[in-house]
Amino acid sequence: MIHLTINGKGVDIDVDPSTPLLWAIRENVGLTGTKYGCGIAQCGACTVHIDGAATRSCSFPVSAAVGKQITTIEGLAQNGVLTKVQQAWIEHDVPQCGYCQSGMIMAVTELLKSKPKPTDADIDNAITNICRCGTFQQVRAAIHAAANA
Amino acid sequence: MNFVPKMNRRSFVVGTAAVGGGLALGFDLPLGPKAAHAADAPEIGAWVVIKPDDTVVVRIVRSEMGQGTLTGLAQLVAEELECDWSKVTTEYPTPGQSVARKRIWGAFSTGGSRGIRESHEYVRKGGAAARMMLIRAAANEWKVEPGQCKAAASVITGPAGQRTTYGKVAEAAAKLEVPTDIKLKDPKDWKIAGKPLKRLDTKDKTTGTTVYGIDVKVAGMLNASIKQCPVFGGKVKSFDAAKVAGMPGVKKVVQVGDNAMAVVADTFWHAKTALDALPIVWDTVGNEKHNSASIAKFLETGLDPEQPAFIGNQNGDVKGAIKAAAKTVEAVYSYPYQNHAPMEPMNATALYTADKCEVWCGTQDGEAALAATISASGLPAAKCEVYKVMLGGGFGRRGRVDYVTQAVNIAKQMPGTPVKMLWTREEDMQHCFYHPITMAKMVGAFDKDNNLTGLHMRISGQSILATVFPARMDNGKDPVTFQGLNPSGETAFGYSVPNLLIDHAMRNPHVPAGFWRGVNVNHNAIYVECFMDELAHSIGVDALEFRRKLMTKHPKNLAVLEAVAKKIGWGEKKPAGHFLGLSHMMAFGSYVAGAAEISVVGDKIKVHKLIGATDPGQAVNPAQIERQVAGSFVYGLSALFYGECTVKDGYIEQTNFDTYPSLRIAEMPPVESICMPSGHAVWGGVGEPTILVAAPAVMNAYFQATGKRIRSFPLKNHKLQIA
Repeated sequence: MIHLTINGKGVDIDVDPSTPLLWAIRENVGLTGTKYGCGIAQCGACTVHIDGAATRSCSFPVSAAVGKQITTIEGLAQNGVLTKVQQAWIEHDVPQCGYCQSGMIMAVTELLKSKPKPTDADIDNAITNICRCGTFQQVRAAIHAAANA
Repeated sequence: MNFVPKMNRRSFVVGTAAVGGGLALGFDLPLGPKAAHAADAPEIGAWVVIKPDDTVVVRIVRSEMGQGTLTGLAQLVAEELECDWSKVTTEYPTPGQSVARKRIWGAFSTGGSRGIRESHEYVRKGGAAARMMLIRAAANEWKVEPGQCKAAASVITGPAGQRTTYGKVAEAAAKLEVPTDIKLKDPKDWKIAGKPLKRLDTKDKTTGTTVYGIDVKVAGMLNASIKQCPVFGGKVKSFDAAKVAGMPGVKKVVQVGDNAMAVVADTFWHAKTALDALPIVWDTVGNEKHNSASIAKFLETGLDPEQPAFIGNQNGDVKGAIKAAAKTVEAVYSYPYQNHAPMEPMNATALYTADKCEVWCGTQDGEAALAATISASGLPAAKCEVYKVMLGGGFGRRGRVDYVTQAVNIAKQMPGTPVKMLWTREEDMQHCFYHPITMAKMVGAFDKDNNLTGLHMRISGQSILATVFPARMDNGKDPVTFQGLNPSGETAFGYSVPNLLIDHAMRNPHVPAGFWRGVNVNHNAIYVECFMDELAHSIGVDALEFRRKLMTKHPKNLAVLEAVAKKIGWGEKKPAGHFLGLSHMMAFGSYVAGAAEISVVGDKIKVHKLIGATDPGQAVNPAQIERQVAGSFVYGLSALFYGECTVKDGYIEQTNFDTYPSLRIAEMPPVESICMPSGHAVWGGVGEPTILVAAPAVMNAYFQATGKRIRSFPLKNHKLQIA
């Protein structure tokens, strides 16, 4: 049994310690907002926070997450109130297919925590998630809007 | 301990209910509290369901894959319905319901940018019919004539100040006959359609609650991982199931068709881990001898003008014009295989019993998915059903249903147990229906006064229809090859040349080809538009001026081209080191043009600005069109700079985003979109057309900047990067 703390709640799961955190979250815990895109930490669709740090969970063994605070897209909103990043996403109508957006939002949420007023260059450096629909123009606008909210 | 998949309490509920005289299957998707559950509310005609609380459920049969069709089609229905937009939700009727109701909603196929352009009329009529029925129901109640009543924002008012809402009269309206004599609004009177409204599906996509195929949960479900023969056309020769039978979670090792193996396990991760360890011997049927170089050689044979070719567009005598020319200009271009690489890898969930086969999947064609289910299960149509869920991208890939067939095939070997089959990214990269590979030899002929007297465009390469719809070929010819090059129609060539020949020497390698966002205009536009610049340059004439002379009979093409030229400041003084490029074409019924402003430092191309103009005839949602234009440029620039699938020993070498990169935010140029609907009767699409202008506009600017003309792609092969 492996004990994880996800979105503030403790959960025990029976998995091999080497299982990628992504699959433990999706299949053993049952939270499917975190997406599988590449499995090799290239695309960022699986981004979650581990002790606040944006982490690509597809390439992160579940054993390394023990004793840490894991936050997934489902854990951002508090009591049904969306975060300013999520609100900016809605205001700017960012998602197209939406599949990459959980990871995108998790990456942006961490960026705004470390750099509350990011420049375009900061965004370019920090946000490396792939979006095949090509929502980047709206992503950038929404990041600035969230920073100024 | 055996792992039992955690069930979502809002699980799928499939039931039947008689609604409005027709059969409606209630499909309860976990879409959150706002989800439409229309089965228990009155259906007003086929397209609209109205609940007592005035909620309007618009039926959508085209698939939402990011392009916004769900919102756009709902706007068109709501416009004619005269309902309160804030109360609009949507639902997908199932393909099985469509069969039961004799295709009352028309085609489900979502590709070729045809969602809105081919269904706008009948969906608007569906909204209008519902409005007329609701008004008549109110009029009947008030004992007045319908003509004395008015409807606006879901409220009906009568001649004596009577007032009711759609929700209150819906029950009565549902019992009325559906009118057929319907007059649609003039688009200039639109209040909901034509407006830059927000999408209807955004909130769930920001909270992780949207259900994609990969997220489907069915009670008692197992998971499967699949591996197909890496070499196209190859088959399973042998395998050793005993080697993995005892691995954690493994339930069964199954062969899928003649070319794939799958492991079914409690979780996907267990299935994939076991599959990786499964010894499989493949029979590569001789296709292992093919590689990129041999395919290129094969295509080169088709460039010989003496080789037989299918004619796509011809006028005058091009051979004579070339023979009589004072000067000719020649160039050979080529375009590689590319993968769609939607963010969500292929997947489908299937449940087979002797009595029923059900499939849950994201698909661009629900009807094709149902046909695949029927065929793979061996059950009659009435015993099969497909439930569509959100697509994590499609771009043409999910118009194919190979993955549905596989899921049903696996489920059939596990009767009574639902199985979700998910491809790895590696499987997805190596088993696509790829953007076709082509080359083109361009020959232009000038007379002594530098008039372009002849143009021969010889395309050599792959036919998409030969792979995916051979029955739609025309005596061996693939008409789709000539997108953007046809004499007339919705993909017409935008130039008049006195002697013209555009023909296709078909060369079909063993790699399967398919429809890829933009389809054949992606390379056709590069070939034509880059070569037009070459021709202009060869006689020292400005690229825009050169085109104008050939476009006098193509005013709509010219209008979009002039629009981008003006916006980018063509002919004006630019900052030092900045250079411009233009392009245009007609595709999917829309006229599109692009303009790029770039600078080049060493091997880095900086795109300072990319402008796209589109004339789709009518614009149903300008805000979403703007997003499609910007998104199409990301797709087009990813293809231009990075997109290439190479063949080695019969298989595709690229396996993931490390070897098949895609544009990231740092590489995204500022995009400006000009939406200029000119009202033509045939509405054009917007999901695809503008993708075609990105590459030639950038390449024409690159030539201005460097004097170098690049004729093969992607640019990474020329050591060029996007800055």
